[in-house]
Amino acid sequence: MEKVKSLADLKKIRDEVQSRIRLRENSDRPEKLVQIKVAMATCGIASGAKETLNTFVEELELQAIDAVITQTGCMGYCYAEPTVEVTLPGKDPLVFGYVDKTKALEIIEKYIKKQELVDGIIPVTYKTIDE
Amino acid sequence: MTEFKTHIMVCGGTGCRASQSEKIRQNLNTAIQEYGLEDDVQVVMTGCFGFCEKGPVVKIIPDNTFYVQVKPEDADLIIQEHIIKGRKVSHLLYEDPKTKEMVSDSKHMDFYKKQIRIALRNCGFINPENIDEYIARDGYAALGKVLTEMTPEQVIAEMKQSGLRGRGGGGFPTGLKWEITRKSQNDQKYVVCNADEGDPGAFMDRSILEGDPNSVIEAMAICGYCIGANQGLVYIRAEYPLAIDRLRTALKQAREYGLLGKDILGTGFNFDIELRYGAGAFVCGEETALIHSMEGLRGEPTFKPPFPAVSGYKGKPTNVNNVETFANVPVIINKGANWFNKIGSEKSKGTKVFALAGKINNVGLIEVPMGTTLREVIYEIGGGIKDGKKFKAVQTGGPSGGCLTEKHLDTPIDFDNLIAAGSMMGSGGMIVMDEDSCMVSIAKFYLEFTLDESCGKCAPCRIGNKRLHEILNKITQGNGTKTDLDRLRLLGNVIKDCSLCGLGQTSPNPVLSTLTNFYNEYIDHVENHKCSAGQCKALLKYVIDPEICTGCTLCFRNCPVGAISGEKKSPHSIDQSLCIKCGACYEKCKFNAIRIA
Repeated sequence: MEKVKSLADLKKIRDEVQSRIRLRENSDRPEKLVQIKVAMATCGIASGAKETLNTFVEELELQAIDAVITQTGCMGYCYAEPTVEVTLPGKDPLVFGYVDKTKALEIIEKYIKKQELVDGIIPVTYKTIDE
Repeated sequence: MTEFKTHIMVCGGTGCRASQSEKIRQNLNTAIQEYGLEDDVQVVMTGCFGFCEKGPVVKIIPDNTFYVQVKPEDADLIIQEHIIKGRKVSHLLYEDPKTKEMVSDSKHMDFYKKQIRIALRNCGFINPENIDEYIARDGYAALGKVLTEMTPEQVIAEMKQSGLRGRGGGGFPTGLKWEITRKSQNDQKYVVCNADEGDPGAFMDRSILEGDPNSVIEAMAICGYCIGANQGLVYIRAEYPLAIDRLRTALKQAREYGLLGKDILGTGFNFDIELRYGAGAFVCGEETALIHSMEGLRGEPTFKPPFPAVSGYKGKPTNVNNVETFANVPVIINKGANWFNKIGSEKSKGTKVFALAGKINNVGLIEVPMGTTLREVIYEIGGGIKDGKKFKAVQTGGPSGGCLTEKHLDTPIDFDNLIAAGSMMGSGGMIVMDEDSCMVSIAKFYLEFTLDESCGKCAPCRIGNKRLHEILNKITQGNGTKTDLDRLRLLGNVIKDCSLCGLGQTSPNPVLSTLTNFYNEYIDHVENHKCSAGQCKALLKYVIDPEICTGCTLCFRNCPVGAISGEKKSPHSIDQSLCIKCGACYEKCKFNAIRIA
């Protein structure tokens, strides 16, 4: 990793990573690239988020669906762990609760492949600092 | 592939389920089939919208129409009017309590302003193990701004202007703390992050470190610049292995980018951070005890003054702030003090993260502006009490706090109001209790915690709390008297006044606050020898109603101590001198013949 030597450097990196993330969101094959974030804080992991993450990685690989799967911190919905956020290209992110292996497969089959919603969506009920 | 044009989201939270949301969904599906809309409309059950007060809730996507208090028979109307004719069903819309207008788009509902995520802004959004994702969300921009455009005095003035107060519980103004440490003259100073989160039921600091470790690192560097320190230390409990891991990764990446280390961003400012591990002693959350523990000494508090700002780690001026406090700092710098101080109440600015736990439906982490009421937190965001039971009390501030009751439900939550109500903010744990909780036992539980965690250095805390516990024990055993209640109060106040550190000074709070708010329950215990919640075993009595008992012998066969006797097919009875009150007979009886007296 190259050192950030000045504020201008930092801004450059920020623009770069932002555009890289944007690229990830709107890739040249937008019909296929799916973004999945699995909440992996202690609470999530304790409720089986690792298995959920593995299920997504393996199943999407197996079905040859292009997706970016990342881990993230606690989303705050501890009663519904493991929680997963799925963003289909061009759509608002959706958070699903209680995502075990079966649920993960259901999300892939129904939401990711057919854009049908599945039960267990957690509605967004907060504002971000950018609003 | 069919693509649905419209989605109907039906709330499947506990509250809405209880008011027939499942039936609404069935009726919606029936109506959809009736009109042949199966390929266009999909009905989905969601998690809790948190709007349980006005449940059941139905939301239509994509136009964000929000229907409240929907009845199963409204399903047909929604399909006919909204879906087929494209007209909103006006009498089901939410009416804004202030403007009396019908709100059709949920984005405009007040309710969505109930939570705002500042400290938790990146938790659940970014990958905490990749510093780039933090930078993409304006990470380290605040540090850059501070180092290149502002003097330390300006930053401190900004922090003071923002009104940020310490989120660890005490609520000391952060800007003022930085200023005092800045003014202490010395060749070496330290920035310490207190990540020794010890309140039972509180986990916001852990979540921040696990979800967004860089925000804390950035804020510590900003603090270092302000007070004139080049060394930061994070005191974190070894019981948080994942938080430690993520913090280490973040530190490594920040160093690789040169955002920590020498000559940061070419400004000549040096700063680095080391980790110190605690063994999980509650008292080490107190800053002097924390500093001693970091020095390798016993985790015992010492008398203040001198405050750490004057003489702290290794005798040098030290600024100690909590994780959540630090997490707020970069946002204040980026968005400005005047953005921040518009949020919150008059004397407590910004937001507070609460960990909701106990008998509440939506257990989890929430972040609300200061001044939000307990009612909003418990009934709207928290989804109400589990199993539809009655709310009894909420414990805030952990073992140092107190219990608030129904009459406090509409009190705006901030530092000063909670203290006035006999509790405190603490680090933000909120444990909700329902009618099945015995307040005397709750007080005893918290006291047991402080008894265990007391370091034993000063007598009021070491001996006083032990005596308090003995009196409480006596009461729950059914041997208490009314004089004991006066003794509890007197002794509690003495411990409060005479203890050395915060742990002792606040340890009687759970006892004193329950004594004030639930005096009748204490009286019930000592005078009537009754525990209405049925928690104090010694005060319970299981009796068999001879009218109902069929003599089936099931209780007789299940009693582990042979306290039940009686002939087959004739009423049985319990020998109270042998009964250990295990409740086995009560659970087994098929005829509800056994009662708790």
